[in-house]
Amino acid sequence: MSEKMINGAVGMLQVLEEEDVDIIFGYPGGAVIPIYDALYDSKIRNILPRHEQGAAHAADGYARSTGRVGVCLATSGPGALNLVTGLANAYMDSVPMVAITGQVKRHLIGKDSFQEADTTGVTIPVTKHNYLVTNTAELVDICREAFYLARTGRPGPVLVDVPFDVSIGDVPWTERNIEGLDGYEQPKPVDDELIRRAAQMIDEAKKPVLLIGGGVVASGASEKLLEFATKCNIGVIHTLMGKGAFPESHELSMGMPGMHGMAYASLALQNSDLMIVIGARFDDRITGDLEKFAPGARVIHIDVDAAEIEKVRPVRIGICADAGDALDKLIPACKPRDKGPWEQQLFEWRRTHPLTYPTPDEGIAPQYIVEQLYELTGGSAIIATEVGQNQMWAAQYYKLEKPRRFLSSGGLGTMGYGFPAAIGAQVGNPGELVVDIAGDGSIQMNQQELTTASINKLPVKVVILNNGYLGLVRQWQEMFFDNRLSGVDLTGNPDFAKMAEAHGGVGLRCAEPDKVRETLEQGLEVNDRPVFMDFLVHKEENVFPFIPAGKSVDDIMMEQPEKQK
Amino acid sequence: MLQTSGISDFALGKVTNMTHTLSALVKNRPRVLARVAGLFARRDFNIESLAVSTTEDPAISRMTIAVDASGTPLEQVRKQLEKLHDVVTVIDHTEHAVVERELCMIKVRVKPSQRAEVAALVEIFRGDIIDIGNGALIVQSIGNSDKIDAFIENFDDYGIVELVRTGKVVLARGAQKT
Repeated sequence: MSEKMINGAVGMLQVLEEEDVDIIFGYPGGAVIPIYDALYDSKIRNILPRHEQGAAHAADGYARSTGRVGVCLATSGPGALNLVTGLANAYMDSVPMVAITGQVKRHLIGKDSFQEADTTGVTIPVTKHNYLVTNTAELVDICREAFYLARTGRPGPVLVDVPFDVSIGDVPWTERNIEGLDGYEQPKPVDDELIRRAAQMIDEAKKPVLLIGGGVVASGASEKLLEFATKCNIGVIHTLMGKGAFPESHELSMGMPGMHGMAYASLALQNSDLMIVIGARFDDRITGDLEKFAPGARVIHIDVDAAEIEKVRPVRIGICADAGDALDKLIPACKPRDKGPWEQQLFEWRRTHPLTYPTPDEGIAPQYIVEQLYELTGGSAIIATEVGQNQMWAAQYYKLEKPRRFLSSGGLGTMGYGFPAAIGAQVGNPGELVVDIAGDGSIQMNQQELTTASINKLPVKVVILNNGYLGLVRQWQEMFFDNRLSGVDLTGNPDFAKMAEAHGGVGLRCAEPDKVRETLEQGLEVNDRPVFMDFLVHKEENVFPFIPAGKSVDDIMMEQPEKQK
Repeated sequence: MLQTSGISDFALGKVTNMTHTLSALVKNRPRVLARVAGLFARRDFNIESLAVSTTEDPAISRMTIAVDASGTPLEQVRKQLEKLHDVVTVIDHTEHAVVERELCMIKVRVKPSQRAEVAALVEIFRGDIIDIGNGALIVQSIGNSDKIDAFIENFDDYGIVELVRTGKVVLARGAQKT
């Protein structure tokens, strides 16, 4: 092997360029100054957030919306630790990300040195894999491996921790083909016999449904899913992570099930005799009480991660494969099937259990705002959400036709995710309309990123459904804790419109239902800076339908119970 | 490739309440033990013994893990372990014919008058007296875990001062890979 030596930091950036990375989200500090020095001469653009957590979520939003690997960079110690929530968030939702962190010099590791933290130790449970580079000869290959691991198989975040003396020193530049690592198994070709049996089971089923999740989005299998669903006329239910993978305006789209999902979606799952599950993982927000969840349904489970099959729900057929690869084989194997009485029943449930909300006496109905946003944008926006009521209303009322347009913290439920994720999505999709649907609680968790959006002229729109409460917790306290409201009152919130203005953005405020459309129109027109649209909504609005945690669809509440009205 | 046919034990609610022996080939890299141990802790599995050693390949180490799998299906942990990038293979040997060995050393309080008696006992277990010190002997035995348990039990009456076991290691017999 011919040994060409290269500066460590320069070598890392060259690997990034090999991977077509043109943008990273990073915050400097002592241990990464060599990397920032190399960036000075690089084509790669660094977006400077105002907090490392913002960098991680922005890289995540960039990755989800573009399908490319998102990259974030932070210094040692506090910088790296501020990435942890963002890494955990990406890990739970299987988002391809590479995080590069600085570390103290190798001879200082383990000495409680200034800004030293055991970054690889801390991040083992929240990354797909991580590396501490102690051997300079491995730096270049490790960086390549990190990208390979992040984007292949079940995607996820990978962290590379690089000591100062490794990035500032010289390292060998190696040309190496990284495919086919020991101990890292890619799914094998889809087994024809399993496909044959699955097709037979689908053919024999009287009441089949599809339950699709983020795996379909990650695989880019939306068109194949559409072909399969329409060939066999099977109703498609999507998880939060699968939103947009199947067009929601399609006749066969049966909505999102679970805790705050559409009742007709939950009823369809519950009464099915066959669930074809693709790239979804039976999260407790969907299943509720496992014993009572869809007891009559046999399961065909397709997932790229073998450990997901039978983790929660027993299956008849488990196919460990990429969603698109499996559908490629399943489509020709299945006989065309007409809509029958079961599909008529599904459509009937959809007609009789629509999403509804009351018109409040005071304040604006938050659902109305999301509906209006949907109508005004024709469902064409990339939607980021925060976590809580805002997230559920966004999922319920903003219908999507395409994948990679719903950026939401599904697994971890990270408040403060949406705004930086929207920034990352706007960076990755410059011409697109990007809207963060937020609550007044969540938006304050990463509001510092207003500056990032302003200085980079990113026209991210933030729709704040401002009820002055941590709304979903307040809802639980009202319904299950005798309305003993504790720790949820956000009285004293800042003036969000003024806050946006103070950061160089546009701030709008709306307190009247009949001004909603006008405010949205005004906000959506802005194209050179962030916009906060602060909507004062009905304070005590609750999210329905509601299947309480650990219950089943039999216990579904379609609206506010009488005694609490 | 995962192939599932019919209804699994898990589906039928069968939960095994026995010690399972897993043999994992792992990359000989820093942190690999922390990764494996962390995974067991997170899924609430109790490791009964763990032996880590080099193998015929210097880049690869072997972990032999005895784990109490009552309560949760072990297959889930095996799959999660296999997902770790530094883990090459994991085999559950519970159903396999294996040769199992463990080494145990016991420091026993023994009066000079009892030495012959102890020597005879050690002989029965084909063990050895490996140290004679001031009022105490160190005895050693090698065998499967049941034999080691019996060995220890026999010295209870003499007064065990200290005891150490290596944890078991296994190799599968014949063509079966470990």
